[in-house]
Amino acid sequence: MKGTVYRIAGPVVTVIDVPTKMYDVVKVGKEGLMGEVIGIEGAKSTVQVYEDTSGIAPGEPVENTSMSLSVELGPGLLTSVYDGIQRPLPVLLEKMGDFIERGVTAPGLNREKKWEFKPTVTKGTKVAGGDIIGTVQETHIEHKIMVPPTVSGVIDEIESGSFTVTACVCKLTDGTELTLMQKWPVRKPRPVRKKLMPDTPLITGQRILDGLFPVAKGGTAAIPGPFGSGKTVTQQQLAKWSDTEVVIYIGCGERGNEMADVLNEFPELDDPKTGKPLMERTVLIANTSNMPVAAREASVYTGITIAEYFRDMGYDVSLMADSTSRWAEAMREISSRLEEMPGEEGYPAYLAARLSEFYERAGSVETLSGVNGSVTVIGAVSPPGGDFSEPVTQNTLRIVKVFWALDSKLSQRRHFPSINWLESYSLYTDALADWYNEHVSPDWPILRSDAMEILQKESELQEIVQLVGSDALPEDQQLTLEVARMIREYFLQQNAYHDVDTFCEMDKQYKLMKAIMKYSDLANTALEGGAELEDITSVKSKDDLSKVKFEKEFDEKLNTVLSAMDKEFDAIRGAV
Amino acid sequence: MKEYKTINEISGPLIFVEKTEPVGYNELVYIKLGDGTTKRGQVLDTSKDIVVVQVFEGTGGLDLQCGVRFTGETIKLPVSIDLLGRILSGSGDPLDGGPRIVPEDRLDINGAAMNPYAREPPAEFIQTGISTIDGMNTLVRGQKLPIFSGSGLPHNEIALQIARQAKVLGSEEAFAVVFAGMGITNEEAQSFMRDFERTGALERAVIFLNLADDPAVERLITPRLALTAAEYLAYEHDMHVLVVLTDMTNYAEALRQMGAAREEVPGRRGYPGYMYTDLSMIYERAGVIKGRKGSVTQFPILSMPGDDITHPIPDLSGYITEGQIVVSRELHRKGIYPPINVLPSLSRLMNSGIGEGRTREDHKAVSDQMYAGYAEGNDLRGLVAIVGKDALSERDRKLLEFADMFEDQFVRQGKDEDRSIETTLEIGWSLLAELPEAQLTRIDNEMINKYHPAHRAK
Ligand SMILES: Nc1ncnc2c1ncn2[C@@H]1O[C@H](COP(=O)(O)OP(=O)(O)O)[C@@H](O)[C@H]1O
Ligand SMILES: [Mg+2]
Repeated sequence: MKGTVYRIAGPVVTVIDVPTKMYDVVKVGKEGLMGEVIGIEGAKSTVQVYEDTSGIAPGEPVENTSMSLSVELGPGLLTSVYDGIQRPLPVLLEKMGDFIERGVTAPGLNREKKWEFKPTVTKGTKVAGGDIIGTVQETHIEHKIMVPPTVSGVIDEIESGSFTVTACVCKLTDGTELTLMQKWPVRKPRPVRKKLMPDTPLITGQRILDGLFPVAKGGTAAIPGPFGSGKTVTQQQLAKWSDTEVVIYIGCGERGNEMADVLNEFPELDDPKTGKPLMERTVLIANTSNMPVAAREASVYTGITIAEYFRDMGYDVSLMADSTSRWAEAMREISSRLEEMPGEEGYPAYLAARLSEFYERAGSVETLSGVNGSVTVIGAVSPPGGDFSEPVTQNTLRIVKVFWALDSKLSQRRHFPSINWLESYSLYTDALADWYNEHVSPDWPILRSDAMEILQKESELQEIVQLVGSDALPEDQQLTLEVARMIREYFLQQNAYHDVDTFCEMDKQYKLMKAIMKYSDLANTALEGGAELEDITSVKSKDDLSKVKFEKEFDEKLNTVLSAMDKEFDAIRGAV
Repeated sequence: MKEYKTINEISGPLIFVEKTEPVGYNELVYIKLGDGTTKRGQVLDTSKDIVVVQVFEGTGGLDLQCGVRFTGETIKLPVSIDLLGRILSGSGDPLDGGPRIVPEDRLDINGAAMNPYAREPPAEFIQTGISTIDGMNTLVRGQKLPIFSGSGLPHNEIALQIARQAKVLGSEEAFAVVFAGMGITNEEAQSFMRDFERTGALERAVIFLNLADDPAVERLITPRLALTAAEYLAYEHDMHVLVVLTDMTNYAEALRQMGAAREEVPGRRGYPGYMYTDLSMIYERAGVIKGRKGSVTQFPILSMPGDDITHPIPDLSGYITEGQIVVSRELHRKGIYPPINVLPSLSRLMNSGIGEGRTREDHKAVSDQMYAGYAEGNDLRGLVAIVGKDALSERDRKLLEFADMFEDQFVRQGKDEDRSIETTLEIGWSLLAELPEAQLTRIDNEMINKYHPAHRAK
């Protein structure tokens, strides 16, 4: 089906005389640049083009492929680095050099590479959409080969052996051929049998997250903050240390060097759980700010579809999107070229709908084949001027269950992660209580709420201190301030660049908090017993406690500090 | 090339041409005036009915009878190694009386996006000789680190000092400098030129000047010309290039003006919704490519309207650049040069450029500790104003003094004072030594034993 170009204005091209459906992929111009239909009016269709449109002129040919924008799903996804429309960046580099020129197509999955396929079903088995028919050892992760969601039938032939992703590995009695690869349109959620209530935390190794504001596996979280407050570092920490089997990291409209950093670092770092290089469980989507804006719009969908695919195999998947604001801006840019009626701050009226459709694709689910899997979605938000009242932040907060509020006041004083402990929240705390009870300790909820109370109290006292100075406070309140400072500096602060501190397992988090609270109890008792505040706050074990989190031999060091603390307080008591 | 006399409307910097053969998007356009002069423009929107062209030199003097020619190609910069030492206009014509550049190549000024997979993460420490930068907001080769300033503040002096002093330790080679002035005053331009001549830097520099009284639309191409020249020198001639872009605020204003002329739906405070993308196409042209010798480091300067860092121009810039150096009016009023406020400043690439084998093993810890101390001391100033010094605890008094000494000894330095990184760190330690040692919680005991003056003296 062929037509011609009618008008070009940036990434938006109007084409005529070619029948289209919404979201059809079309090839635009002599070079056949890929685009997607995003509006139809009479004989004219509006197309967002995924590459630079410079030089394209009216009258150039247009061809409708009549296919929706889809991703290729199959062995070879893991360790890949894609642009927003799943073109592998290493292939683009090979084909056109260090800079991305246009007009080059490259399939998402390598067509030559052969994979060892082991069937898990036999001739005569009845299969339906989502059923697993065999496996491929992709990296350390076993890639389950599934019947595409829309297919069902009876196995007629199935072979083990070495296959490319396009070779037929299985035939159904009705003649349908199955390959290691399947395709799925990115804008359509992959079906599941049912959604489950999340009940397990995503353990991230980040104290303020796991300890105070946990997200559940299959849950949603947003991390808004002004520039330089720590969105990207936090997202990268999550991508590195989260205890999911597969990680999808989307660099959506952000910096090229940050992507290079991930590419450099991930192959060198090991997953604390499996001991395997992190890259082997990761799919990276890098559509940086200077790459075409329409492909940026698509990148988020490409990522979540790949995440759902691994979920369907029964894996826990986490997806980080940095930044969803750039995605929203891509929508705004395209929408304004279409001269659509703008909503708030120029964003299209469908902004809220698109955001909630996206986060709805997260979830803990029972898959079509009856196993459990999950997709956890964590979106960074970049509010203009750091003002959370803007539309993207507000619409996101209406949907997500966890809010990690970044605060530039904290980042300016190099308190990292700069997550504000008073503003942030997690709506999963109750749902996850049983898990913490069982896997951490029954007294964890108490420690957590005591710590939160002290921090809350600190902020009230600070207001008074601002007026009268801290020396004017009663001694017990001065002590509260000191303990709050310990919680902030010893527990909440965590250095992403420190070899040891970058990841803190749950057990260590618990012991650290417990140690701080132990000091708090000893100190308060001593104070009530008439000891001098000065003596209580200058115990050496307290300062030593500040450094144990950096120690490789944490347990050992902590025990030394704790017994020293007992001795010091015995001495203080003795002196009274 | 066919000439059309079919302009049917002129509006602001735009002309609307009808009844043309098919014209390509983004094409370069020549417009011939009645008096024989020619102006240049670029196609912004093209269809079978009408072609919209933005005219770089402004539409002054144009009428409906002007001839319009479409060149069939995008705007290109003629490049050759002879660009070095030249002063060119904001649209690339010689201003220094020299000959036109005999091109070795002609490059599209919009550049193409660097494949993220081709990037080498920048990690080579650049010593600028300025303590607040080297010590606490370290610059590395291939970084884009802007100066956020305000009107009347000495950002130009700082930029010049950096351009003069910047060096990579262990490498003798000086940086080549590409300088793009956008909407700067004649006087500012003069002082830059004088400094370049005084230090002999001009020989290794290419200068593009769009002055305050030059057409605003031209500013939209000036930084692109400069970056095209920089990429050419970096990637074809293996040079390390430092690009100074000043003032990006004038660039953004020109962008807003264009948006208004096109009657676009404006984004925040009247700036176009695509300003983030547009700025990123400039800033992202910094970097290092795997397997290539040269690099492009960017030092954009922008003045924050009303000293407001949340204004869309600094805000969107900060979201793209790899940190920012913030110049403070308060420090300037105190008579401190360079008046760099480290608290809102940041270098995102600092961690990869410092430490053992690059600067010194204690660098990060010293920097973190000074940040913590200065931030706290600075907060206490507010409190002292209310309750007086006597109401402070001993700990707080020390911090307060630390903040004062920090500004006076670490921040303050001479305009020609080129401090080595060791000197910078030593000053840092001498200040930290004034704080109780138990308070140095950001520094390992090992480092304290090795570098703390109290221990070293023993
Ligand atoms: N957890 C952390 N530990 C240490 N440094 C951090 C941490 N989080 C952020 N930073 C520092 O803050 C800088 C900005 O963080 P980044 O995540 O890039 O901010 P954003 O994405 O919000 O602009 C980083 O370059 C780093 O120096
Ligand atoms: Mg970021």
